[in-house]
Amino acid sequence: MSAETKTLFAQHFWKDSNRTLEHYLTAMNGYESAKKVLGSMTPDQVIEEVKKANIRGRGGAGFPMGMKWSFIPKNSQKPKYLVCNADESEPGTCKDRQIIRYTPHLLIEGLIIGSYAIGCHHAYVYIRGEYVREAELLNAAIAEAYAKGFLGKNVMGSGFSIDITVHRGAGAYICGEETGLLNSLEGKRGEPRVKPPFPAVSGAFSCPTAVNNVESIANVPHIIRLGGEEFAKLGKIDKSGGTRLISLSGHVNKPGVYEAQAGSMTLRQIIDEFGGGVWKGKKLKAVIPGGSSSPVLTAEEVDVVYDVEPLMKIGTMMGSAAIMVIDEDTDMVKLLLRITKFYAHESCGQCTPCREGCHWMESLLHKIVHGEAKPGDIDLLVDVAGNIGGKTLCALGDAAAMPVQSFVKRFRSEFDAYVKGQKSHA
Amino acid sequence: MTEKTEKHLSEKFYDAMKGLEPRYPDKKALILPALHQAQKEYGWLPKEVLAEVAQYIGVHEAQIREVASFYTMYNLKPVGKMHLKICTNVACCLRGADGLMEFAEKKLGVRCGETTPDGLFTLSEEECLGACTTAPAMMANDDYVENLDIQGLNQFIEKVKHER
Repeated sequence: MSAETKTLFAQHFWKDSNRTLEHYLTAMNGYESAKKVLGSMTPDQVIEEVKKANIRGRGGAGFPMGMKWSFIPKNSQKPKYLVCNADESEPGTCKDRQIIRYTPHLLIEGLIIGSYAIGCHHAYVYIRGEYVREAELLNAAIAEAYAKGFLGKNVMGSGFSIDITVHRGAGAYICGEETGLLNSLEGKRGEPRVKPPFPAVSGAFSCPTAVNNVESIANVPHIIRLGGEEFAKLGKIDKSGGTRLISLSGHVNKPGVYEAQAGSMTLRQIIDEFGGGVWKGKKLKAVIPGGSSSPVLTAEEVDVVYDVEPLMKIGTMMGSAAIMVIDEDTDMVKLLLRITKFYAHESCGQCTPCREGCHWMESLLHKIVHGEAKPGDIDLLVDVAGNIGGKTLCALGDAAAMPVQSFVKRFRSEFDAYVKGQKSHA
Repeated sequence: MTEKTEKHLSEKFYDAMKGLEPRYPDKKALILPALHQAQKEYGWLPKEVLAEVAQYIGVHEAQIREVASFYTMYNLKPVGKMHLKICTNVACCLRGADGLMEFAEKKLGVRCGETTPDGLFTLSEEECLGACTTAPAMMANDDYVENLDIQGLNQFIEKVKHER
């Protein structure tokens, strides 16, 4: 790989004219990958190439994408669906929004290829309701693709037919969870389903369904163009191919969406080199490394390679690659209250441990911050968190428990100071 | 019975729905798009409109209300002409969103969740909008306003008042 091909997306971001079909065709090898796939590859060969690419899902769970596609039953007589998760709701994450705004045709081409691979003829993009303008931009790009015969019946004369429909959500974090999303797509409350059956067996409209994140799908044309092996080599660490889009926010000088080859940088390098360091010359206190549900790290822990497994080894996670940087002046107890309030608000209410537990955690933290807590309340808080994690239908319970457990573990003295009355709510 | 057949939703609504029908294997999947479209016409979702959506989809009104009430973007009460939703989630909070909310409450003379007496503004708190790298951010009706500060928010509110 030459030096200038180390990013796959970022060079096309931030310029409105890049989103057009014309730019995609002339400057980005647009629809060449789909042409190759439809003209010369079998669905199995496509899945094999994606497996070779070592691409992990970019939505948060990091599940190998090729494997996910291979779970779709080949002999099922039912229609099959590819559903793109554009709900992007994990706090801190705003990368998919840039793909939709600046490189929507990468997503559309990825959907064509993915649909062919799993035998789908109607793909849905479930986009969060707040992305009104992004949904408009995506619909405009889809219309361009239909007009040129890249979508619809007999795509590029291949005999393959594919439609894409953009479906807007309406404001619910839980619809980022894939089965909550599918219920929402079907016109129901976005409550997660009992699994099994998994979506690969019974997903959208009770048919076999693959749900993939925007960035995952938008990488597929790159995988076909470069070849799975070359794509895998972009990753500088085992089991993670390609690049990662990183949403860097909070107390940095230059917040933004950046792109790095997977595993090529440490968390500290990302903060310093991309983010220009902590703002206002302040010292780093903590980092939330993978969206607000990921366990917080202290400033001493940021020399970790920023990828799935190194982060897992130190007890946290990469999630959706949303890094939130926290400076020395931040009150960690109040910040945790804010995070917990979010999960309490977003709990769908189906599972008792999450519905009740999130509110108890919020209420305990409220008491701590307002000087009304009793000495045992911090331990009670951690105990409640321990009784949510792993005991619910979906990962929202864990998402709510992990910040509580990690904040208290790493910044216990700040919680103690509140309870002992050494610190009070200003 | 005349009330029941009276239409509240426009031809445009029914045309839009007709265009979407072939795109889904089950009509119930049109519930969210229908509620969006209906809200576009009314600014919120009055009881009669929910009933008409139910009739169109072919389900009980309670089912439509059950779905509508799950999602924060469907307004089950009237809202002002300009609905400001300030994000106060982590990334925005780290960059001063609390101060913005306080300022907006003072400036508009309402508490978060309320509408100004002239019906011009509704002020709400929003969970993460996905504009974390351009925080703090808010939604102003369908548009994002990003990299906000108190001065910018003040100007925005003044502009809306001026253009009313």
